[in-house]
Amino acid sequence: MSTGTVATFEDSLERLEVGWTHASSDGLADVLEGLCSDPTIGVDLPYDGVDLPDWVNTDPTPADLREANAGVTAAGLGIADYGSVVVQGTPDGIEPVSLFGDLHVAVLRQSDIVPGMPEAFDWLGEEFRTGHSSAIIATGPSATADMGALVKGAHGPKEVHVVILDE
Amino acid sequence: MSKAREAKAAKIRQLMETEGDAVGTSTRGFNEGRYESVQTLDDYEGLKSEARAIKEDAIERLPELIDQLRETVESNGGTLYIADDAADANQYIREVCEDKEAERVVKSKSMTSEEIEVNEDLEAADIDVVETDLGEWVLQVADESPSHIVAPAIHKSREAIADLFNETFEPDEPLETAEELTMFAREQLGELIEGADVGMTGANFITADTGTMALVTSEGNARKTAVVPDTHVAVAGVEKVIPTVEDLRPFVELIGKSGTGQDITSYISLLTPPVESPTVDFDAPDTPLSATETDRDFHLVLIDNGRFDMREDDQLRETLYCIRCSACSNVCANFQHVGGHAFGGETYSGGIGTGWEAGVEGLDSAAEFNDLCTGCSRCTTACPVEIDIPWINTVVRDRVNRGEVSELDWLVEGLTPDEEPGGVSLQKRFFGNFETAAKVGSFFAPVSNWAAGLGVSRDIMERFLGIDARRELPAFQRETLKDWFESRTSRVDDPVRTAVLYPDVYTNHVQVERGKAAVRALEALGVDVIVPDVRSSGRAPLSQGMIATAEDHAHDVYAGLAEHIDDGRDIVVIEPSDLAMFQSEYEKFLPEKSFERISEASYEVMEYVFGLLEHGADAGALSAGAGEEIAYHSHCQQRTLGLEGHTEAVLSDLGYDVATSDVECCGMAGSFGYKSEYYELSVDVGSELQGQFQTDENRDRTVVASGTSCLEQLDSLLSRPTQHPIQLVAPRR
Ligand code: SF4
Repeated sequence: MSTGTVATFEDSLERLEVGWTHASSDGLADVLEGLCSDPTIGVDLPYDGVDLPDWVNTDPTPADLREANAGVTAAGLGIADYGSVVVQGTPDGIEPVSLFGDLHVAVLRQSDIVPGMPEAFDWLGEEFRTGHSSAIIATGPSATADMGALVKGAHGPKEVHVVILDE
Repeated sequence: MSKAREAKAAKIRQLMETEGDAVGTSTRGFNEGRYESVQTLDDYEGLKSEARAIKEDAIERLPELIDQLRETVESNGGTLYIADDAADANQYIREVCEDKEAERVVKSKSMTSEEIEVNEDLEAADIDVVETDLGEWVLQVADESPSHIVAPAIHKSREAIADLFNETFEPDEPLETAEELTMFAREQLGELIEGADVGMTGANFITADTGTMALVTSEGNARKTAVVPDTHVAVAGVEKVIPTVEDLRPFVELIGKSGTGQDITSYISLLTPPVESPTVDFDAPDTPLSATETDRDFHLVLIDNGRFDMREDDQLRETLYCIRCSACSNVCANFQHVGGHAFGGETYSGGIGTGWEAGVEGLDSAAEFNDLCTGCSRCTTACPVEIDIPWINTVVRDRVNRGEVSELDWLVEGLTPDEEPGGVSLQKRFFGNFETAAKVGSFFAPVSNWAAGLGVSRDIMERFLGIDARRELPAFQRETLKDWFESRTSRVDDPVRTAVLYPDVYTNHVQVERGKAAVRALEALGVDVIVPDVRSSGRAPLSQGMIATAEDHAHDVYAGLAEHIDDGRDIVVIEPSDLAMFQSEYEKFLPEKSFERISEASYEVMEYVFGLLEHGADAGALSAGAGEEIAYHSHCQQRTLGLEGHTEAVLSDLGYDVATSDVECCGMAGSFGYKSEYYELSVDVGSELQGQFQTDENRDRTVVASGTSCLEQLDSLLSRPTQHPIQLVAPRR
């Protein structure tokens, strides 16, 4: 991954009107604090030494999903050309947590950003063959044009924010 | 007009009035989006070919892939069921639901589930079915059928949806904006999803290697449908299986761009069910997900319902490559004006709908709307898997023709020396044998109207041939191009090349002036011209679905031109629809070598002029523009062949100021605009072009167009004279 790839990723997010913020492991809590409002739910991040702040509810119930303003999860991959993040369904509930809140905050390691779909599918092929069971290529918030005009926020999040973890 | 034609015209008229605007606005938006979006790809054409190759291979190896998929699905812990037909599929799905004691099934959008009408079946068993795609839900509430394969409620305006919701649900505050309507639907459906027992989805693709399905969506309802309930039923046609996860990539890049013009839809769900995500049990709202016992059940129901027969059918097989992106609907001028309620059958709509209906439903359903494909070919370059959609429509038309019985063959007797068995409608036989009518026409011209010469009144023509009396008939010329050419001597002393100017039937009998202009222009550029006596290309019978006749023409035309080609002469074609025959359709009729020869030797006349000028011919020999303002409409098939730019370039280089239309089709499309059942649609489609040429900026421009049909349509819609571009640039002597 080169700086060019990150810049392309950011350009794509810009085009999608998706916000992004760079953060260090230490700075993550502050960044999240600025983005999320209560109640925020989340799933523990799989990155060494990177923890979600205490105020993020990482053991949500269905009722919490229903009420959530924001859901914070890891994203396995960023796809620069499209501004997409790959959200992997896991037993600890990344899929519902990323789906039910009004805001989805995807936390992505900078090194996990790939240039385009060919690289993404090389990676996805490996993931699925080694037993992962779900990955959503998510690009921007949920949307619909079914009601006569484009509306952001259909069944899923109305807004997406990507936090790029610098290493 | 016959009763059947009147009824069809009335239905089309009504849909144009009630749904045309809403359908038109959206489909045109999708279509424009497609043009923009595909430009972001480095190698669009290469990607399409890759996608095509994957599908060809997958359908070829389908039985083997299904066996592999069965193993992977079962080892993943799911079940694969192959249903022979709709009833079989429905029974299986119903039993799954009954086993679960399901009271409610939530569904995400799936055309295949529409095909088998699973909702009706489940509801008959007292199982509640809720469509969660907002468009599908609108239709469920309104009790209407989809009018588009991707955006099912495209025919409903925001106002109509607001009225529907306000009347049905009587919200405290009346709903008005798209935002309010969406939020209302989200809340209503959110609750219904929370209490659902079974989630049913379609699948856009399923990979045999891992059993991974891809769902292409934007709203997020498919994600919820798949993750909330513990039972997931996915319903898809057998043709959705592809070999590997990596094979998904070209489709993921192409499907959104081709369809709604989005670079990618919000969500591409890649799921290998049963998935690891915890189920969300809203009946136990306070039990953390971590404490919920997740025991998922997954059923993949693959439906044959005619598809294996399609696979064996050399002509319909291509239909199975279709990824249902909707590009062929959105690009289609006729579809834009009537939508899928006219341009559709039992389930599927748009250009490729014919192939699907013929395959899964039967010819009757396909016959309902097959004629709305005029063969303009604009969909062929839009299709991400390179399906020859007009060809499929032609094949289906041919099959429908063969099933029809006609009692009035005497009317066109003598005008129809075709190869068709009895059964082709009179109207189709008449237009299919247009060359013969044209000969008769020239014979009677100009002393009497050719129809009158035949003793046939417009009234009779309308009643029995379905030729609309409102349409002016072509004015055949007494002196054909061939007659004229034979009566003169060539004026080129030291020719740079020799060209055979193909005397297509319109140029020879109707648009004779453009033929003469072509001869003058080519000679002025130092080309020796020959106008041989060669048969018409077969375009006319082909467009009526008379394939055997068209093929017969192809052999004769090739025989008539082969020696010229052998002698190194270039074949110059004025009528774009005939050039398209030589360069596309003849591939189906001629041996490969012959097709290559005629295809490579032939040029559109302005393309040829362009080439001559590029190779040093003296542009000064042509008529310069001196800033004259031109409104140019290229021909649909010419654009598909990528030859619009040559005319523009020649005109600009000669000093004309050119504004080119950007409509997909003029609406006339050969015989289409003459047919009484389609006359009004043809005029409606043409009104777009009319509008573009009547803006303040364009209204005084000289009108030029490449195709005969386009010229006829423009003549009837504008009060200005029209001509072929070659007439503009040819020296006036
Ligand atoms: S035929 Fe091609 S363009 Fe039409 S829906 Fe199918 S894939 Fe899309």
